Amino acid sequence: MASVGDYIRGSQIWKSIFRHPAPIDRRNRIVVMLTNFFLHLHPVSIKQQGIALSYTWCMGGITFFLFLAETVTGVLLMFYYRPTLEHAFNDILALRDVTTLGVMREMHRWGAHAMVITVWLHMYRVFLTGSYKPPREFNWVVGVLLLVLTLLLSFTGYLLPWDQLAIWAITVGSNMARATPFLGHEGPGFQLLNIGGFDLITNASDARFILLGGRFVGEMTLNRFYILHCVAIPLVVALLIAIHFWRIRKDGGISQPL
Amino acid sequence: MTHNPDLTSSVIFGLGWLYLLLALLNIWWTARIMKGDPHRDKEAAGWGAYSGLLLMAALAHLTGSSSPEHFHIRMPNFIKEFIDLGAAPVPYFTLTMVLFIAVVVLRKWFVKETVGWVLLNLSVLFLALSMTDYDFRQIVGKPDNVPIVSMLFIVGFFTWLAFKRAVDNDERRAAGKPLFEQEKNEKILVWPDLVYSELICMVVVTVILTAWALLLPAPLEEPASSAQTPNPSKAPWYFLGLQEMLVYFDPWMAGVVLPSLILVGLMAIPYIDYNKLGNGYYTFNERKFAILTFMFGFLPLWVGMIILGTFLRGPNWNFFGIYEPWDAHKLEVLNNVNLSEYFWIYWLQARIPVAPSGAGELTKILFILQREWLGLLLCLFYLAVVPFLLAATIFRSFAIKMGFIRFIVFSNLLLFMASLPIKMVLRWSFSLKYLVGIPEWFFNI
Ligand code: HEM
Repeated sequence: MASVGDYIRGSQIWKSIFRHPAPIDRRNRIVVMLTNFFLHLHPVSIKQQGIALSYTWCMGGITFFLFLAETVTGVLLMFYYRPTLEHAFNDILALRDVTTLGVMREMHRWGAHAMVITVWLHMYRVFLTGSYKPPREFNWVVGVLLLVLTLLLSFTGYLLPWDQLAIWAITVGSNMARATPFLGHEGPGFQLLNIGGFDLITNASDARFILLGGRFVGEMTLNRFYILHCVAIPLVVALLIAIHFWRIRKDGGISQPL
Repeated sequence: MTHNPDLTSSVIFGLGWLYLLLALLNIWWTARIMKGDPHRDKEAAGWGAYSGLLLMAALAHLTGSSSPEHFHIRMPNFIKEFIDLGAAPVPYFTLTMVLFIAVVVLRKWFVKETVGWVLLNLSVLFLALSMTDYDFRQIVGKPDNVPIVSMLFIVGFFTWLAFKRAVDNDERRAAGKPLFEQEKNEKILVWPDLVYSELICMVVVTVILTAWALLLPAPLEEPASSAQTPNPSKAPWYFLGLQEMLVYFDPWMAGVVLPSLILVGLMAIPYIDYNKLGNGYYTFNERKFAILTFMFGFLPLWVGMIILGTFLRGPNWNFFGIYEPWDAHKLEVLNNVNLSEYFWIYWLQARIPVAPSGAGELTKILFILQREWLGLLLCLFYLAVVPFLLAATIFRSFAIKMGFIRFIVFSNLLLFMASLPIKMVLRWSFSLKYLVGIPEWFFNI
């Protein structure tokens, strides 16, 4: 066996991918961190307490992993799901009753719930260790944006099954937008935005209308939420996570007592 | 109403697994004590006996020895009645506040391992016994609510852990010893130490997620229909704290202004907190105010209100006890009164000022301002004057260290946060509806 392993590791293909021997000695354990694309997110060496489970709770890492898991299961679900009034509900039904990998829906939904919880706990930990203090102030701000986007990802996804649970939860949630000051047609101050007696803000032009693509939760809403959920928000989240990780390194790694 | 059985054979069987799990955990705990310290053998014997009892309870459940009607391990009725008796917003919030304060004040005692273990056991037993109630199962067993139940345990555990580390560090500081985080803090290589723990972490998360997905089907209700409004209509669970705020504030406050301020406030934290201590280690004593404020917002207000909105709010957003059937016809008398009505009708014994019909726009505005002047003045006072009062009194040192702008931002954010509990107390004690009630402009506070 060992010789087969050696043969593979000695082959030109293997070497072209990994560019160095297996990380079994100190030198190559350092080299692997520097040459591997996925590992280069990490530093080469790190303080012991910075990665202690009882210090970080690993919550940021788990959140990131759940984001990846959501991406994979989400893409698989997109192969089956069509965001139209005609198909949406039935496609979900088929996922439950017919489709072999229908359990992807469960993994995706529970993964989303779990991600909301882990992102809260991550914030809780970062606060309690005072890790938002200089020089990490800005990364905390990036984190808050990630928190909002995580919630919005969950919220937009909630509509897609197009069942009673979905549309009413979204109706309740988006009704708030109606009351946005100045920009909602039942919000304080909207009357001020008028030209020559014509209101600019009506139920067909206010914040809620823009969010829903209509006066109530309907087909355009499904379309908008689908695009937000599958394309727009994930792209922004991916970008922000990249910034978040880059800043962790630039801010001096995981926080430590001086 | 149809009578639903509190217990069925499948529920009993399912609970058997829970008792078995708890028994195994306690056997592990017993072994841990015995191995750790030979002088604690009496304590270990106690835990051993308790584990035996749990094991017997598990067997009684799993073997299905008696029919569900005659099964005795269930929540006694008098406890259920007692708990439901106190089921109302005021006792609920009082309880969460008392718990919160107790944990903070008694933190040295709370972080003891035995105390944590006993609390864990009590809460699991409470959950297991409560599951023998039909109505409790209806609400806690909803697939979307399962994560909230587990979140309760997880948040509880991490709060315990953080306090444990904080108390430990505070004691080290007092004794002049290095912090926990400063001990054994060598530089190590990321491969293998970090990379391997990440790998293990990923495997564990994948296993948990897969098991959860296989065991618990995702909910799917009737196809969407805009004609049939469910009662209650609830937002997704993570927004239920905001939906609960609708009881006390109008949508423009509860749904737009306050959530935006929560986010702005969170982002502002690093720029407001000038305290240099407590960066990179757990502590409580060195940043009491910051930690108390954050925990107050996160535990009783955010998590506490999600629990309330999820488990305790039923049809018509009425409050229901955890063992109470959701009766859509339950009536709650709402007789809330605006401040302007208190002022003009009760105190001045006068009529509420109303603009004469056919009056011009300006006259109407003036009449509205006359009607609501007291509330408007109070709100203005709260946001514009109270910060200076705070700066002159309890937050004197804060104001000096923060400087003017920082302090104004800080105090206003704090006052907005406090506006929720203040409005709650006003509602409960005076049935106050709005401090400022100008429905003409959708401007109600
Ligand atoms: C999608 C959401 C997020 C992901 C994937 C993520 C990921 C991570 C990871 C992997 C770390 C490394 C340390 C650890 O695991 O604890 C980290 C650190 C950090 N995160 Fe996040 N995070 C997210 C959201 C947030 C939020 C909501 C906040 C705060 C509001 C935040 C603030 C920070 C800060 C300040 C650090 C540096 C901590 C230190 O140096 O001790 N992050 N994040």
